[in-house]
Amino acid sequence: MIRDQEFLKDIASYCIENSKKLGATDVGVKVIHSVSENVSFRNKKLDESNRADSFAVSLTTYIEKKKSSINSSDLSKSNLEKLIERCIDATKITPSDENNSLPDKDLMSKEIRDLNLYDETHYPNDKKIEFLKNIEETASTDEKIVNTEAGFTENKNNFILANSNGFLGGYKTSNFSSSCVAVSRINGAMERDYEFGSTRFLQDMMKPEEIGKIAADKAIKKLGPKKIKSEKIGVIFDKRISKGILSTLASAISASAIARGTSFLKDQINSEVFPNSINIIDDPKIEKGLGSQNFDSEGVETNSLKLVENGILKNYLIDTYYGKKLNLKSNGRSGGTTNLHFENGTLSFKDLLNSEKKFLYITETIGHGGNIITGDYSVGASGFMVEDGELTYPISEITIAGNFKEMFKNITLANDLEMKYSTNAPTLLINQMTVAGK
Amino acid sequence: MSNFFKETDIDTSQAEAIVTETLKNCDDGELYLENHKSESIVLDDNKIKSSTYNSDQGYGFRAVTGEVVAYSHSNDISKESLRKSSDNLKDTLKSKKGTYNHEIPKTNNKYYKNINPIESKTFDSKIDLLNSVNNYLRSKGSIVNQVTANFLGEHKSIEIIRSDNQVLKDDRPLVRFNVSVVLEKDGKKETGVYGVGGRQSYDDYLKDGSWKDVCDEAFRIANVNLESKPAPAGEMKVVLGPGWPAILIHEAIGHGLEGDFNRKKTSAFHNLMGQQVASEGVTIVDDGTLHQRRGSLTIDDEGTPTENTVLIENGILKNYMQDRLNARLMGTKSTGSGRRESYKHVVLPRMRNTMMLSGKYSQDEMISSVDKGIFAVSFGGGQVDITSGKFVFNCTEAYEINNGKIGSPIKGATLIGDGPSILKEVSLVGNDMKLDPGIGTCGKAGQGVPVGVAQPSILINKMTVGGTKL
Repeated sequence: MIRDQEFLKDIASYCIENSKKLGATDVGVKVIHSVSENVSFRNKKLDESNRADSFAVSLTTYIEKKKSSINSSDLSKSNLEKLIERCIDATKITPSDENNSLPDKDLMSKEIRDLNLYDETHYPNDKKIEFLKNIEETASTDEKIVNTEAGFTENKNNFILANSNGFLGGYKTSNFSSSCVAVSRINGAMERDYEFGSTRFLQDMMKPEEIGKIAADKAIKKLGPKKIKSEKIGVIFDKRISKGILSTLASAISASAIARGTSFLKDQINSEVFPNSINIIDDPKIEKGLGSQNFDSEGVETNSLKLVENGILKNYLIDTYYGKKLNLKSNGRSGGTTNLHFENGTLSFKDLLNSEKKFLYITETIGHGGNIITGDYSVGASGFMVEDGELTYPISEITIAGNFKEMFKNITLANDLEMKYSTNAPTLLINQMTVAGK
Repeated sequence: MSNFFKETDIDTSQAEAIVTETLKNCDDGELYLENHKSESIVLDDNKIKSSTYNSDQGYGFRAVTGEVVAYSHSNDISKESLRKSSDNLKDTLKSKKGTYNHEIPKTNNKYYKNINPIESKTFDSKIDLLNSVNNYLRSKGSIVNQVTANFLGEHKSIEIIRSDNQVLKDDRPLVRFNVSVVLEKDGKKETGVYGVGGRQSYDDYLKDGSWKDVCDEAFRIANVNLESKPAPAGEMKVVLGPGWPAILIHEAIGHGLEGDFNRKKTSAFHNLMGQQVASEGVTIVDDGTLHQRRGSLTIDDEGTPTENTVLIENGILKNYMQDRLNARLMGTKSTGSGRRESYKHVVLPRMRNTMMLSGKYSQDEMISSVDKGIFAVSFGGGQVDITSGKFVFNCTEAYEINNGKIGSPIKGATLIGDGPSILKEVSLVGNDMKLDPGIGTCGKAGQGVPVGVAQPSILINKMTVGGTKL
């Protein structure tokens, strides 16, 4: 079972008290317990069953403006005593940095709202097995499906975050996730696709039949792909990958990238970065949200933030350290974004597909071809050709390339936003990207 | 060497008894204990940005019967915790019956020394060196916009207790030293990254001013990129330089030759054993036995001694890389490729040091044979879709080739190809095989493990280059 708050608080207090005794002027500590159970099936047979029980403590000690950290999974006091001593020793000889400090007291989270992030339901392994059987049963109905894998994971977490300024807070969270990977085959060539669901509450999980069917349908549709000629063309990003555009934005507007001068959006605050129809929001207080939180990884209160308003970049993602460098207050984004999403577009998916005669519709990208410093982007891709609003044939072994600065300015959103992940985007079109193929 | 049962309520013989009892009806399995110490010290933006020390210990208890793996892991090495894990494993496998395979070959070989790199260099001297790196690079002029340098060091002790009370141990040092520099000229910014590392102490890689070579190389790459033009888009000839560009081999065919994907028939290579998958003259091995290399292991994470596995010999597919589970199910033996990121992870067949061996051509011959193409020298990373065989990798330093001559540098671009066919497009294999500098980490199923790669220069007839210039 997951350990309670009292147990975690006791460890956190021990770390703070002992660090102070040894000379720390400030201390921050996080203690986590998590229990995870995973079952996976392959071709309708049990493949793996995995149970994990993990503790973690992360401690940062400050001596004035000097700072050092330790992490450990061993919560025994004898071990912690040794590690605290080591941490203090390292702190003493680490050069000072005037920006090192705990967050301002008045920014700290004052009350913890119940955001409905914890479902205590335990889904026993035999139920998980039943669920997986249903996934695979549905996924393997078509004879073109030659291999299926399905998994179900249940996670329970509890944590305490505390610092020597008196902040102490934490709460339980849960996560249920299930996935199916299907492999299809025709004429000896294979394709793979998947479907995935993740929720805070068990009752909100997709139906197993739905997961299996989507994975199988997608894998079958990909069969027999063609390689197309190199050309400039409008590229539509499927919802599974369109959210990647927001992750890129988040990296580029993190206070660290801005302060270090290593972002293609440096000096773009209050400038038009997207078309004026576009709004981008990071909202930490969504009930049951996969990215929801009361406070950030430093204990700073997090509130909803409009990052982009009418196409104009309005806010960076700021933590305490880089905030001080930029002369800005933390906005509770140490640890990054929470529930980040585009405000929904106005065009229907169908109208978007019909807005030109020909598009490339991308369902998957591979590789890490985004450069945050220059904004250059080049990745491998697969998907479909769209002609007169219809997906006509699958495509693979091509790349798409451009520069984020121009890509951002050429985005058109569909109105099919769903809150399926912690970062969410509707289907979107980017005009005039370079596709390399034959 | 760690004593995992010191300060616990259980001793080795009691643990062995639990292991034997739990695995009595299983085909395979073990109790894997791990103690892992690591450090990270980062200099960034003229400051020591962070210094972190990590201490992690725990066990992973595994029982395997048929195709089914039951796994339970915890930080808590105690009688109660092990019993709970044991009950868990027995419950998962209750309807199955297997016969324990006792055979684990012995080895007296050692490919690295049991040193703890974290303790073998003082904290002060690490801080001093990071500051020296910063000063050295910034002294190269005002175009230096940003410098990041870091030490990553670790020491891992593992102990494997098998059902027959067989105990196998290994102590593994590992270090990495990285430098990244951002240059700015005429409003244009570019990065250069370089690093070195392996299973020795930091000073083995940095002594006698050799840290300056790491800085110079990072600076050189960034400087080249400042002059870069947009990369071309489309199919063309590609010459790859020796060493680190071998991540092409790792992505294009390495993953596809891991035992699990072939047992499950989800790899594009699963029905190609014994067949010609590469041009004649192409030989590829996966070697765990190179001294002090990043991907080397004395024993793998199941206790099997590592070996030099021939994957492709003169173009013919010869072997897959196997852990014990997949080897047993495919009727062959483990190649010592069973690896896991930590006690929190199940064993998977993985690469170690994947190498294409030298041929007879010079790099100059290759370049002069190309009318229009690119010459790729340095790479960021790559990825593969095992099933379709499509793979990518990202250039971080590349040049145009025009009429047999190296031309302007080009911007970073992704190259995409098809694993099972790309090696048939290798028309010349160079005589200049080189190992990478010791910086690679391979990701699979959420697990990262250190690996190495090596290759000579090669000429590929046709590959799609993902630039922006049509």
